[in-house]
Amino acid sequence: MTFFAVDNLGVSFGGIRAVDSVSFEVEAGQVFTIIGPNGAGKTTIFNLISRIYEPTDGRLLFRDEDITDVPPHEIARRGIARTFQNIELFEHASVLQNLLLGRHAHARPHLAAELLFLPSVRARERAHREAAEKVIDFLDLQAYRDSLVVNLPYGVRKVVEMGRALCTEPALLLLDEPSSGLSVEETADMAFWIQDIRTLLGITVLMVEHDMSLVTAVSDRVLALNYGRVVACGTSREVQEHPEVIKAYLGG
Amino acid sequence: MRVPFKTTYDQDLGLFRDPVQRRWYAALLAAVILLPLAVPDYLVDISLVFIYGLCGLSLMVLAGYTGLVSLGHAAFLGIGAYAHVYFVQDLGLPWVVAVALAAVLSAGAGVLVGLPALRMTGVYLTIATLAFALIIQEVFTRWDSVTHGLKGRPVDKPVIFGVSFASDPAFYFLCLAVLIGALWLTGNVLRAPTGRAWVAIRDSEIAAQSMGVHLARYKTMAFGYSAALMGAAGALFAHKIGFLAPDIFSVLLSIQFLLMVVVGGLGSLHGALYGAVFVAMLPVLISEARDHVPQWAGHAAAALGKDAGAAAYLALDRFVKQPGLEPGIFGLILVLFILFEPLGIYGRWRKLQLFFSTFPLYKRATFRRQKTYMRSERLR
Repeated sequence: MTFFAVDNLGVSFGGIRAVDSVSFEVEAGQVFTIIGPNGAGKTTIFNLISRIYEPTDGRLLFRDEDITDVPPHEIARRGIARTFQNIELFEHASVLQNLLLGRHAHARPHLAAELLFLPSVRARERAHREAAEKVIDFLDLQAYRDSLVVNLPYGVRKVVEMGRALCTEPALLLLDEPSSGLSVEETADMAFWIQDIRTLLGITVLMVEHDMSLVTAVSDRVLALNYGRVVACGTSREVQEHPEVIKAYLGG
Repeated sequence: MRVPFKTTYDQDLGLFRDPVQRRWYAALLAAVILLPLAVPDYLVDISLVFIYGLCGLSLMVLAGYTGLVSLGHAAFLGIGAYAHVYFVQDLGLPWVVAVALAAVLSAGAGVLVGLPALRMTGVYLTIATLAFALIIQEVFTRWDSVTHGLKGRPVDKPVIFGVSFASDPAFYFLCLAVLIGALWLTGNVLRAPTGRAWVAIRDSEIAAQSMGVHLARYKTMAFGYSAALMGAAGALFAHKIGFLAPDIFSVLLSIQFLLMVVVGGLGSLHGALYGAVFVAMLPVLISEARDHVPQWAGHAAAALGKDAGAAAYLALDRFVKQPGLEPGIFGLILVLFILFEPLGIYGRWRKLQLFFSTFPLYKRATFRRQKTYMRSERLR
């Protein structure tokens, strides 16, 4: 069974070929990292997976199903959750409300029942709250439960966004630069959390990352990208020593 | 500072924060019920506050919670008003059925506007709703058989299950009951997944989508629900003004509704009500000022010299009797609020509360908004 595979994926914006026939496969339980210089197409691949961009060609396979034509709001229901490079939290809502929105993929909203707040709605709200509290416990967010996101420091927001993605109970978690904007200490914490997410929660992680210490610490496989094309794929060490990768980063 | 001690999740699911807050609302309800005894002469004006409260609630759901700004809400009010009057006076339907049908019809119109509006964002959507309102106003003018066109049509006093609500106190309580019902329904939706999805769409469409929110469905729902509330408000509004004519449902009225939610405070139910009080009471204040301010100014200037007094009186009198002063003042207030108090009256109230509850330690920066230059604009 293929857990997650990108097959010959490509997208063009006008004359620019942002992603060009990229193929890779992620096995269940892996931490798979995509690296590459700025503009290599890493985030574009993420946006293609979460269906924000329409691929020009190629296929996306998730648990043996073709998800290339699935609408964007269906992706979370299928078990793929993501975070964003520049944090896309609901800023004027509390941390708890943000996490509860992460439960939306499991909600079956029914307007008439909600207008009257029937006991069934209340029971489901309680269940969602319990699931959100588990994530709060897991990520040590107890102190921030009721604070508005706008009032939180950047590092905490980053963790909250990861928590919101975890609330969807994904099988595959996409992390877009989890360490960007974090201090050295916070980056170290992030490495532990990513390992915990994999080992304790059994979630496969696909991430884009620049911080090579974090990449080396947590990744099982690394894919290097340049100008939308795959340059190298293998273990962290193999990729870092690959001559093409060194050339992409240092020029020459 | 009072921090509620929480022992169950249900405490966060309630409509009220804690028992203390619930008691305050009970006290407020008692005060509103006893109000007719205190000010029997102003009941009609206060009924209008309740009706405007409904309108504010409607636009608050759409603009304050879902982030879709509409400049055409007077059209939904008009649809509700005309539909209600048509159902009651021409078809002879019972009052309650007519209101429900008016709300449903208005909701249908809301969904119709919402559908093409899904592809538009920000100011383009606002312009589309404005265009819709202008078209609907034209329909009111031309559809003689239902609306009686420019002649206008008189509206009977409400009679519900054979009980007449013609008297001022009876109508006052009718409006109050509908407003409380609408507040309850809206409060319920806002604490359920649908309400959270609306807030999510307001704050970040892209993240909402990635969390599984079907943008089209929830935006349409917000439009429909908002229009339904407006339709119900329209029915009461028809009885309040007693005479329907197309020019009542003008763009100016839509702007007043927008003023209501902005001045009250976007993103809070309290704000809708504060805004309603403000907008319904402002014309009363302006007309009072019209009568008295030139005199006062004249007296003040007369103390300096006889000619100056007369001149000041005449100049001010001419200024305040100018037609179109009211929209000007409304516009000025809107601009000043957006510049100096973007959180509205409710925001000011929250700041006051925090100031006193944290007294010597209050920090102004608590409410300062950070510049959001960090966010990527590319994906919107």
